[in-house]
Amino acid sequence: MASAAVAGHSNMKSSHLASLTPQWMNSEVLTGTSIMAVEFDGGVVVGADSRTSMGTYVSNRVTDKLTRVTDRIYCCRSGSAADTQAIADIVSSHMEILEVKLGEPPLVQVAANTFKEICYNYRDMLMAGIIVAGWDKSKGGQVYTIPLGGMMVRQPIAIGGSGSTYVWGHIDAAYQPNMNQEETVDFVRKTLTLALTRDGSSGGVVRVAVITKDGVDRRVFLHNELPEFYQG
Amino acid sequence: MNTGKSHTMYPSTSGTSVVGLVYDGGVMLAADSLGSYGSLARFRDVKRLFKVTDKAALACSGDIADYQFIREVIEQKVRDDVCGGYTRELNAGALHCWLTRVLYNRRSRFDPLWLECVVAGYKDDEPFLGYVDKIGTAFEAKEVATGFGLHFAVPMIREAREKKQNLSCDEARKLLTECLKVLYYRDCRAHFKYQLADITPEGVTIHDDLNLKKETNWEVANYISGYE
Repeated sequence: MASAAVAGHSNMKSSHLASLTPQWMNSEVLTGTSIMAVEFDGGVVVGADSRTSMGTYVSNRVTDKLTRVTDRIYCCRSGSAADTQAIADIVSSHMEILEVKLGEPPLVQVAANTFKEICYNYRDMLMAGIIVAGWDKSKGGQVYTIPLGGMMVRQPIAIGGSGSTYVWGHIDAAYQPNMNQEETVDFVRKTLTLALTRDGSSGGVVRVAVITKDGVDRRVFLHNELPEFYQG
Repeated sequence: MNTGKSHTMYPSTSGTSVVGLVYDGGVMLAADSLGSYGSLARFRDVKRLFKVTDKAALACSGDIADYQFIREVIEQKVRDDVCGGYTRELNAGALHCWLTRVLYNRRSRFDPLWLECVVAGYKDDEPFLGYVDKIGTAFEAKEVATGFGLHFAVPMIREAREKKQNLSCDEARKLLTECLKVLYYRDCRAHFKYQLADITPEGVTIHDDLNLKKETNWEVANYISGYE
């Protein structure tokens, strides 16, 4: 999935010399990824794996894909590392200015909409799959997903990235609405573990952030401490 | 000669690196147990390493179907020798030479076996370690690896040898495990379950179902936050 997208992007680089250099030298840096976000009563839990790959080379095994947009709004990034970092920086800067103008923290929906404006209007030039999640005082915990074409939709649970393909069935079967905070963290941890052990483009540690009205609680579940499932 | 039937020119389910080194007292080979289907870690207990005779072991990276095919051919070859009342057991050098001929001939017919093989064992009482790949490139060395192993493991082994020329069995095993750990960190197609083969003058021992996940170190993740 990631490599097909790369081939589309690097048309300019296809010369006969490309076959002489290792494949990872011609590959865009991608976050082939497993990301997810889940709403619960009082906030949201966002989670991601920590692998950044260039072709089949792991260029960063401890990446932080959970990016701060504001103090109570985070985004999970998948797709091109450069594109998603640039977009997140722009939206974060807009939200900072907005906070000064409004005199209060911006709404999650506003941040999500700003992401969408960029992802939709520049859809042919970007490769960015982003999940925006956070807490605000008007609607509480919210998760908005913005896939490749730039549409935006609010969901109680959102998964994304190349690793997500392996856990659609798992979340359909195992997700229960109205879980409490610790149950939600546990669900995110288990789901991401399942995704990253099957997806070659995902791996490393599971990073989780719990966002509530009281702030952001960041956690790391180290790779050798992840739960063990069927290993066949 | 085109009979209209040919294998595909790309691997489907494939295995990643194999690493081997010669130590003081024998040869060691290691390979992880993953069959990748593109980026999907599809088969997580595939055996890519096998004992040929008491003097030779073989491990392959590349297409798993082609590996299983060549393994069955070699196993039959060994059976034929036994039934025929062999005078000389197939040794690592002979296996390496034969495999080179087979792979080169297949490549010349545009019907390659998509493999990178490491042959380890003994040839005339001397430890032997050789590499053969799908286009027929073949060489012998004291440390050999395929795929990502060539970029990560071989320099690690050479560095260890600079400090100490002759490695003991324990040192060799620790070094190989370190190599596989680094490959697990840095190769998208690697897995934490692996096999290790130890070939000494006494014979071939294969350790299956080894697991390096608990020995990996991820402490550095605690120090990273954001990307600036």
